[in-house]
Amino acid sequence: MFRIATKKKLNDAVTLMEIEAPEIAKKALAGQFIIFKIDEFGERVPLTIADTDPVRGTVTIIFQIVGRSTMLLDQLNVGDTIADFVGPLGIPTHIEGIKKVCIVGGGVGCAIAYPSAKALFNAGAEVDIIAGFRSQDIVILEDEMKKVCKNYYLMTDDGTAGEKGFTTTKLKSLLEAGNQYDMVIAIGPIIMMKLLCDTAKPFNVPCTVSLNPIMIDGTGMCGCCRVTVDGVMRFACVEGPDFDGHKVDFDELMKRNSIYKEREQHDREHVCKLTGGIRTHG
Amino acid sequence: MANMDKKKTPIPEQEPQVRNKNFEEVALGYTEEMAKNEAARCLNCKNKPCVEGCPVNVRIPEFIGKISEGDYEAAYEILTSTNSLPAVCGRVCPQESQCEAKCVRGIKGEPVGIGRLERFAADRHITCAEKKACPTIQKNGVKVAVVGSGPAGLTCAGDLAMNGFDVTVFESLHDAGGVLIYGIPEFRLPKSIVKKEVEQLQGYGITIKTDMVIGKTMTIDELFADGYEAVFIGSGAGLPQFLNIEGESLLGVYSANEYLTRINLMKSYKDGYDTPAVKSKRVAVVGGGNVAMDAARCAQRMGAEKVYIIYRRSMDELPARSEEVHHAIEEGIEFQLLRNPVKIIGDENSRVVGIECVEMELGEPDASGRRRPIAKEGSNFVIDVDTVIISVGTSPNPLIKSTTKGLEANKHGCLVADENGATTREGVFAGGDAVTGAATVILAAGAGKTAASAMMKYLEEKKKK
Ligand SMILES: Cc1cc2nc3c(=O)[nH]c(=O)nc-3n(C[C@H](O)[C@H](O)[C@H](O)COP(=O)(O)OP(=O)(O)OC[C@H]3O[C@@H](n4cnc5c(N)ncnc54)[C@H](O)[C@@H]3O)c2cc1C
Ligand SMILES: Cc1cc2nc3c(=O)[nH]c(=O)nc-3n(C[C@H](O)[C@H](O)[C@H](O)COP(=O)(O)OP(=O)(O)OC[C@H]3O[C@@H](n4cnc5c(N)ncnc54)[C@H](O)[C@@H]3O)c2cc1C
Ligand code: SF4
Ligand code: FES
Repeated sequence: MFRIATKKKLNDAVTLMEIEAPEIAKKALAGQFIIFKIDEFGERVPLTIADTDPVRGTVTIIFQIVGRSTMLLDQLNVGDTIADFVGPLGIPTHIEGIKKVCIVGGGVGCAIAYPSAKALFNAGAEVDIIAGFRSQDIVILEDEMKKVCKNYYLMTDDGTAGEKGFTTTKLKSLLEAGNQYDMVIAIGPIIMMKLLCDTAKPFNVPCTVSLNPIMIDGTGMCGCCRVTVDGVMRFACVEGPDFDGHKVDFDELMKRNSIYKEREQHDREHVCKLTGGIRTHG
Repeated sequence: MANMDKKKTPIPEQEPQVRNKNFEEVALGYTEEMAKNEAARCLNCKNKPCVEGCPVNVRIPEFIGKISEGDYEAAYEILTSTNSLPAVCGRVCPQESQCEAKCVRGIKGEPVGIGRLERFAADRHITCAEKKACPTIQKNGVKVAVVGSGPAGLTCAGDLAMNGFDVTVFESLHDAGGVLIYGIPEFRLPKSIVKKEVEQLQGYGITIKTDMVIGKTMTIDELFADGYEAVFIGSGAGLPQFLNIEGESLLGVYSANEYLTRINLMKSYKDGYDTPAVKSKRVAVVGGGNVAMDAARCAQRMGAEKVYIIYRRSMDELPARSEEVHHAIEEGIEFQLLRNPVKIIGDENSRVVGIECVEMELGEPDASGRRRPIAKEGSNFVIDVDTVIISVGTSPNPLIKSTTKGLEANKHGCLVADENGATTREGVFAGGDAVTGAATVILAAGAGKTAASAMMKYLEEKKKK
């Protein structure tokens, strides 16, 4: 059992929690993730480790409420426990040798991008951040992000905060202005990562993307998380989640992630309507 | 008086057309009367050929003798003197190629139903025996770690704990049991049975820590730094292989591990569990081992209208246990033998709509001793399916090897270990599928046992130094 130490609503759809998991807190590096299972009946769901506090033994997760499991997690409060919390899984983001980097986060992807930005900043790299959101009311981690970069560019689709426009627009203008990045690290919706890679390609900038296929065990046993990179089948849970964005087959990943869409739609309505997310059995 | 019936006492089973729609156990087990009747077929042979056929040398005629006397607890104790998982082994061991293959009663008729009797004695103990206080074991204060809670790890842990060691088992999943929990389905091995056998071992004072991925949460080196004086690795062979043919990323293609894990470990077949179930109408399972049979029979139970097994050799070479092949046929699974998939076909939404196969014929024997399948030129044909489950083997997961200095593996990824289970790294032992590649429960359990005694010897000598 893993206890929830703190809980904070970042906005209507995004929640931050610190979970007591000292072994993971000791070990985790930027880019790694955990898998949680809420209770006996829960599914195994991966979430990035947004931060750790090895002294207090806590691991921070920031999650978007999209379906049944994240809704149920969001129902829990400080002092409640989660049945399972495994990690740190995946290969940490490579930060060696990167001197100047542009980190792009889209929506809740900022939660995944933040630890990499922090790690690179602490390693002495020059960090620019582009954070993109639909609108002002869902902006997250602005203060935290600003502390770990040289330039922070906030973009909103509707122009209610920062600049109006997409993350791709900003990246393109930065590259056109002559910024020479060793790497672009892009994390967010799959379509955004794909377009960012397309944007960076003509400038010959390498891109790292963090992939989020459906996962079960997270240790290389089920093969569910397979993605095609450079024409080769790779398991994102043990060989990723970071991959060379110029080589990822994004279209395939988008299709594979849509497989349980119908059920999820049903779940969303069902869980909300019936109980507000509280289990009715067990 | 020996029972000279040529046939085994039949074991009651659920009707095929009933059981292929539920996840309840297929075989219902012997009653006392049936067990005594079957036990009376054993001739108590002096030279005990059956015992030789058993990888852990269960004292077969002795335990069977106790059943015919009606002393079931004694039978159970004899069983557990060499095998910590009799309820499991009685259900899933390939008896027909082990103990029962050697039984003299098999010369003129059917061999003694050793597996069925083993299961009877174990089940009888689980359901009827009075809860005996666990023997108090003198602890020696020496900490040892076991990685993986499959049959290899559990058996090793059990033996070490009974000898006073302070044993902790580290398991990466949220439940203990290895393949017994995540792979083999409920209708063949009820999870409550596995839980009972695990609890039995916990009774000896073993600590099981789930959610611990060794190589990630903690490395082997950190286990030593934490005061563990020896480590056993029983991490299994869970890494699924694919066919490397076109279409394996389509929606509706699963590895057998994913398919079975969703159903067994995550219980997606039961109402109230969150993990989405795979819904299929027409299913092709590629492969011919126990794993393929399990996947096919699960698919049937999940409501598929038609399930095919596609296997590139013939019935004679099917690696699955014959009992399970027989059960699958009874349940209506169609065997497409001497067929090999060359491509999986998808529609415009990337959903599977068919699998293209070629016909095969058998040529000269290959390195495995089995006749090599050769494709017949131009014999391609398509089977309409919406789900393809790939079940063509697994290999050991490289996670531990890649994070442990000095631990060697061979070119198949199997950890290198000597006959006692000692790896190339001092104080680290290994056994089961992690060393042999995918094998059987009893071989894994046997390897766990062997390693446990080697570890005790190692620790004894280390203390002297
Ligand atoms: C390595 C990794 C790190 C991630 N980090 C974060 C994070 O920090 N914050 C965050 O909000 N989200 C993160 N995600 C995504 C998150 O795991 C999914 O959104 C998750 O499915 C939500 O669960 P749910 O039951 O609430 O939603 P569901 O309704 O079950 O699923 C919502 C969406 O997620 C996909 N999905 C379903 N099951 C899984 C699964 N087991 N694994 C991955 N995707 C799935 C579905 O295709 C669907 O589109 C991460 C995913 C991966 C693979
Ligand atoms: C579907 C299926 C059906 C089968 N049917 C039969 C049958 O009928 N009869 C038979 O005899 N055999 C059968 N087998 C084979 C048999 O189950 C295996 O040979 C046996 O389980 C191997 O035991 P093991 O202890 O070596 O490994 P496993 O049972 O694989 O257990 C390994 C355990 O280690 C854990 N682990 C792995 N890596 C780590 C890590 N880094 N840190 C912590 N824990 C880790 C795993 O999660 C797992 O729980 C079947 C196998 C499958 C998949
Ligand atoms: S070989 Fe058969 S008959 Fe002889 S002792 Fe063994 S089980 Fe009994
Ligand atoms: S999640 Fe199972 S192999 Fe990656």
